[in-house]
Amino acid sequence: MNDVIFMVLRGLIALAIGLVNVIIYLYVERKVFADIHVRLGPMRVGKHGILQPIADALKLLLKEDIIPSKADRMLFVLAPVIVFAPSIMIYMVIPLTDNVVANDLNIGIFYIFGVLTIVPIGVLIAGWASYSKYSLLGGLRAAAQQISYEIPLLLSVLGVIMITGSMDLRTIVGQQSGSLVSIGNIGIIPNWFIFLQPLGFIIYFITLLADQFRVPFDIPEAESELVQGYQTEYSSMKFGFLQLAEYSNVLVLSAVGVLLFFGGWNGPVLPPIVWFFIKVWIGILVVTWIRMTLPRVRVDQLMTFGWKLLLPLTLANIALTGFLQLYFA
Amino acid sequence: MPDLRTETLRVNFGPQHPSTHGVLYLIVDLDGEIIVNVEPVIGYLHRGMEKIFEFRNYSQCIAIMDRSDYMSAFFNEMAFIYPVEELMEVDVPKRGEYLRVIMMELNRIASHLLFYGAYGMDLGAVTPFLYCWREREKVMDLFEIAAGYRLHPNYFRVGGVKEDVTDEFLEGTMQFVKELPTWLEEYETLLSYNEIFNLRTRNVGKMTKEWAINLGVTGPVLRATGIRWDLRKTDPYSAYDDFDFDIPVGTHGDCFDAYRIRVLEMLQSARIIEQALNNLPGGPVRAKTKLNVSPPKGEAYARIESPRGELACYIVSDGTQKPYRAKVRAPSFVNLMAVPPLLKGHLIADAIALFGIFEPVMGEVDR
Repeated sequence: MNDVIFMVLRGLIALAIGLVNVIIYLYVERKVFADIHVRLGPMRVGKHGILQPIADALKLLLKEDIIPSKADRMLFVLAPVIVFAPSIMIYMVIPLTDNVVANDLNIGIFYIFGVLTIVPIGVLIAGWASYSKYSLLGGLRAAAQQISYEIPLLLSVLGVIMITGSMDLRTIVGQQSGSLVSIGNIGIIPNWFIFLQPLGFIIYFITLLADQFRVPFDIPEAESELVQGYQTEYSSMKFGFLQLAEYSNVLVLSAVGVLLFFGGWNGPVLPPIVWFFIKVWIGILVVTWIRMTLPRVRVDQLMTFGWKLLLPLTLANIALTGFLQLYFA
Repeated sequence: MPDLRTETLRVNFGPQHPSTHGVLYLIVDLDGEIIVNVEPVIGYLHRGMEKIFEFRNYSQCIAIMDRSDYMSAFFNEMAFIYPVEELMEVDVPKRGEYLRVIMMELNRIASHLLFYGAYGMDLGAVTPFLYCWREREKVMDLFEIAAGYRLHPNYFRVGGVKEDVTDEFLEGTMQFVKELPTWLEEYETLLSYNEIFNLRTRNVGKMTKEWAINLGVTGPVLRATGIRWDLRKTDPYSAYDDFDFDIPVGTHGDCFDAYRIRVLEMLQSARIIEQALNNLPGGPVRAKTKLNVSPPKGEAYARIESPRGELACYIVSDGTQKPYRAKVRAPSFVNLMAVPPLLKGHLIADAIALFGIFEPVMGEVDR
């Protein structure tokens, strides 16, 4: 009995840490946007608008919840849950430091990407159940995009797994301690997998943006074409959940990227957990910065890019990693 | 096994849609993502302007004409005044003409800046919009110093301009013109040299010279096809003969050319303003005309180059203080004709890019 309570407690703590970060993300994104735009951003709610995410959430909760009369009610209500649930499920297996993790899975990466594949189903359901043309087009685009980019996303990670020979996130991070190149006792380049797998990381980063519909791949939500894509007909907290899911997934994928390529919590002087969050937040800020700078690619260009360039490159990366391993082994 | 039944999807873009400029309403038939048919529906901003002209005297008409193309009000005023002056054979003093040129070119910069931002927004880049809005604000402030109003200045008069400008305006304009090239460089790094922007606009919607001429397209889109047709040079009006400037033309006739021409035109406008400020003659700004403008019986048609193309006004006078008939040839309206044949066969995403280069202002289309 104690075990069950303990497990639930650990899950709740992981959930709380994740959601707090998402809330901070909402605020930071608005402020960073404003800074890039040469304006102030939220300033009224609390000092420098620090309570803005809470005000936003309250507003969404108090809004009237509209379900289109011709929509498929059950699927319409279910879709936001299906979209949001996977990212919460991923919180449970992400280790923050060597001994802080809600549930230590020895196939952590496999689990994460397995769970992530549920998202396109939810998106497609959302687009279909809304009974709206914009939603349908957006949902189809979103599903097509996520399915075609999940393959390079998975394959880009494979190089790291080949090097470590493990799918356990803690083992992978453990192997990234120390330094790759050092002069005397002072490490110059840390032993992070980004230096062993540069191509893998670049592809991981691009597919991360595409998989989570971040600019320049925000085609399903292209407001100049499809209003809000599959989210068009959603209102109130259902819309909130769809939005939350996206932010949460960026957070999760940033964390996974840090664990796989940037040595997780490894770093000098500061405590491990601080290093982990610093790295995760740098990743998020880069995504935010890109979102404000780049225009959007076209849907056929996206598909060509994914299938004709990224997929062969990931395969080449895997082959190269294999050869090098054989050569040095 | 029976064939899969497919049907085209009819999607309404507008009149309230984040992509359409103003209240344009496009009925688009889609086959998947490909456009099969487009039908623009206009008239949501119809104010009966041309009819109203017939019941107002000429000075009142100028104020109404401001509201036609609300992004380039000075051009509207000029387009209306020009034929009236032709009818009355007024000799506008040199200083008045120079001030008109300065105002119009400032307005061209403001209008093109807005295009730049809105076009970036159409293609998904949000930041350029806010940047160019910041610079446009400076032009608006200059207008306010000179005319007292920002968007609808009501500054031109038959025979010249309302009143002389202050030193503050001249200094501010000089500073603005000096700073403009540095800003434009910054903007160009944001869009013109961006790989994704180039992918989206280059070789998209190629137009040939014949096609553009046949559909009556004018303005930057016509020049993008390689035709050097700018009324400031080909049919000079006001004081444009006095200035030295180039007309940028494109080579491919695609979206990128139409976009780039506008950026280059801003630099040329800055050149014109600088020359006008340096050689600004003294003297009166307005010819002596009767307070109640009443042109002699007759008709006149005169055209000018607005940021969107050939803006012209046809005025029939019966000798009274009110025009018997006034007809505006709005470039946005004529250019809109080219949109449906151009959009057919393109993807929806391309449609936004293609539609954006015409930059239709609905106030001008519907009038």
